[in-house]
Amino acid sequence: MNGYCNNDGGKKALFDQINEVSFALDDLRLYLDTHPDCAEALALFSEYMDKRAELVGKYTENYGPLDSYCLNTSGGWNWNSAPMPWMKEANK
Amino acid sequence: MWGYEKRLQYPVNIKKPDARAAKIIISQYGGPDGELGASLRYLSQRYAMPDARVAGLLTDIGTEELAHLEMIGAILQQLTANLSPDEIIRQGFDAYFVDHTVGVYPQAASGTPFTAAYLQSKGDPITDLSEDMAAEQKARTTYDNILTLIDDPDVIDPIRFLRQREIVHFQRFGEALGMITDKLDSRNFYAYNPAYDPK
Repeated sequence: MNGYCNNDGGKKALFDQINEVSFALDDLRLYLDTHPDCAEALALFSEYMDKRAELVGKYTENYGPLDSYCLNTSGGWNWNSAPMPWMKEANK
Repeated sequence: MWGYEKRLQYPVNIKKPDARAAKIIISQYGGPDGELGASLRYLSQRYAMPDARVAGLLTDIGTEELAHLEMIGAILQQLTANLSPDEIIRQGFDAYFVDHTVGVYPQAASGTPFTAAYLQSKGDPITDLSEDMAAEQKARTTYDNILTLIDDPDVIDPIRFLRQREIVHFQRFGEALGMITDKLDSRNFYAYNPAYDPK
């Protein structure tokens, strides 16, 4: 998780940081399902949610949408512009 | 409902196609202990789960399994991209190719198509969560077996990630089972189905 606010590496670095912080949230979500009173996990969840919102906002603005509810249609329909996530090109 | 996010849960970037590996790994797409069965099992079981915390856990793990299904699909797609007819034959992919070309079809490594007989939804939280714990261990063993048979680091990396998730899910399901049994009525010491009381 180190350096997830340092976005100087461009698109790939930003994408990797989104994957990392999202995975931290995925794992914490399951942990909190069975430990809903864990203050430490709650604080981490909140911290990572904020980081994620910031990173996803930056990504969407610069490189296009990741989330089907966050589409900017001012320049046309860009939901299908990027390669699909199972393609090698989307994971490089 | 579900939304879609345009990224894999963990990246898959395989440089060298290998149809032989695809033939093995497809079992985690539509085989007896694969990700499709896992997702359907948890997402179906949650309707009979009386504890909201555990119904939520089944929803969250069932959702993550769909992301794992997509990762396995990505591995299969990349392992079978740009194969020549000669490679298809030499790598033993001809029997699959004749039915599906290089499309991704939910089947076991043996060729058996996916079936709902791989999973159970019993309507009893104790029974279902016990099945879920076993299911996670069976999936973990399958990933161990895949890791025994493949040597490409690009494939090993995402497979290891998926294997680790089985272990975490097993842990969470064990905790959920404890949450259910802790709430059993003191008269129900034989652990009859806590979701169905015919009285």
